[in-house]
Amino acid sequence: MLPKRGPWFLLLPLALLALWHLAVQQRWVIEGIIPGPTQVAESWYRWIFGSPTRSLSPYSGTWVANVLYSSRRVLQGFLFAAAVGIPLGIFVGWNRLVARLVDPTIQMLRPVPITAWLPFSIAVFGIYDAGALFLIGLGAFYPIVINTTHGVRDTNLLLLRAARMLGAREGTVLFKVVLPSALPSIFTGLRLGVGIAWTAVIVAEMIAVKSGLGYVLWDAYYVGRMDICVATMFSVGLLGFLSDQAILLASRLLLRWRTLEAHA
Amino acid sequence: MPDAAVELRGVSKVFVARDRRVVALQDIDLSIAHNEFAAILGPSGCGKSTLLNMVAGFDRPSGGQVRVNGAPVEAPDPSRGVVFQEAALFPWYTVWDNVSFGPRTMGVPAAQYRPKVEAYLDQVGLRGFERHYPAELSGGMKQRVGIARVLVMGPEVLLMDEPFGSLDAQTRLVMQELLLSVWERHHQTVLFITHDIEEALLIADSVSVMTARPGRIKKRLVVNLPRPRSVDVTTSPVFNELKREVLALIREESLRAASEGLA
Repeated sequence: MLPKRGPWFLLLPLALLALWHLAVQQRWVIEGIIPGPTQVAESWYRWIFGSPTRSLSPYSGTWVANVLYSSRRVLQGFLFAAAVGIPLGIFVGWNRLVARLVDPTIQMLRPVPITAWLPFSIAVFGIYDAGALFLIGLGAFYPIVINTTHGVRDTNLLLLRAARMLGAREGTVLFKVVLPSALPSIFTGLRLGVGIAWTAVIVAEMIAVKSGLGYVLWDAYYVGRMDICVATMFSVGLLGFLSDQAILLASRLLLRWRTLEAHA
Repeated sequence: MPDAAVELRGVSKVFVARDRRVVALQDIDLSIAHNEFAAILGPSGCGKSTLLNMVAGFDRPSGGQVRVNGAPVEAPDPSRGVVFQEAALFPWYTVWDNVSFGPRTMGVPAAQYRPKVEAYLDQVGLRGFERHYPAELSGGMKQRVGIARVLVMGPEVLLMDEPFGSLDAQTRLVMQELLLSVWERHHQTVLFITHDIEEALLIADSVSVMTARPGRIKKRLVVNLPRPRSVDVTTSPVFNELKREVLALIREESLRAASEGLA
């Protein structure tokens, strides 16, 4: 039995790091192509803190700028998806007519992977930010709208009846009962959405624009800088994790009543 | 003012599920006088909740008429307060916000509803719990909130759908006495649904016994026990005589249901 306290979550990552190190050192992988963990760490460090002017590496000191490019795109696309997806999901979930009008179209477009939209997006928006934002927004839109719809439809009938017999009109029912009741589900959609937004930003930046982590990733691959590629992977993973935690924190603050329920 | 506060005339309700017609209620005639505490007693699945839902305005009858104070019931209204079996509180609101939901929704100024909310929280014994969330309350306390939030609307008719059905026996007794003491202050017209014989006889002026599906009203008994009542009344000879009568009606009914393969 493991003791309950202690940094046990570190055990598996450290083992994987050790295995990686060993694989490179023992030459189980092709020499010179796959960098070891220490080499990646060094390159990553220089990528973040290196001087852009006094270094031979073109990546030196450009990490923050690229992180900001990608983060801004994710944030913009994500906010746009939420701004459209949440109200639309509420209407689709609430009104049968709207559902019949909109839902089939959403369900038909959803199976088209965002990667398949790439050529279309470039054709329409060119290699500008708008194309990247379109892909990110579209990718994040689906889980947000679908989870919002589900959340609205799952609203307890008794709560709707309770509100109506207390004199609530439909607007009040929608904002004071349906919306809070759907909020946990909406947050699930937002968390899934932000994950897809990070996927979409990398794809979009690899092809449709010339800045950001996705651009660096593809560029580094072309010039054979696998160390930068791996450092980019870690960076994206970290940013994805942090944005998920941010949404989780917001949901904990807004859904305090729900954490009480879990402990009851 | 019309004679009856609540009046059902030839009311029926038919549900259609998977191409099958289920007659939930058939030919219900029921009339509840002003300030009467009327209990509807019936086995589960007899359609007694459906009956209440139609008086509440949640459900429309398939035939017949439902009138409250002479006007046909069209939609839910604060003049007909409903207490549900599952308290159906808003889990994201505190006790205070749950009880003040009605007045706030109706646009009543805070200065006006605040003393009322306080008074009703006091009557149901929930002072000091204003800032608690429903998840932090026991079943009985949740139901107290459920009662307070409709009382604060000053309803003419109180509709209670097995409000104590999911509580343990002891809590149920406490809640029954609480309801009696609250009712003694206001004497609203009450339609109280239950499957508990003793509960019906303890709190109500009249007990209408329902049949199994299709639900009909088999017999209406008048409970002539002095008020104010307390749990002690359940050991009196009059109470036991009434209980015997109800039991006989129910036994007859369940035998009929069994012979028709319904039980």
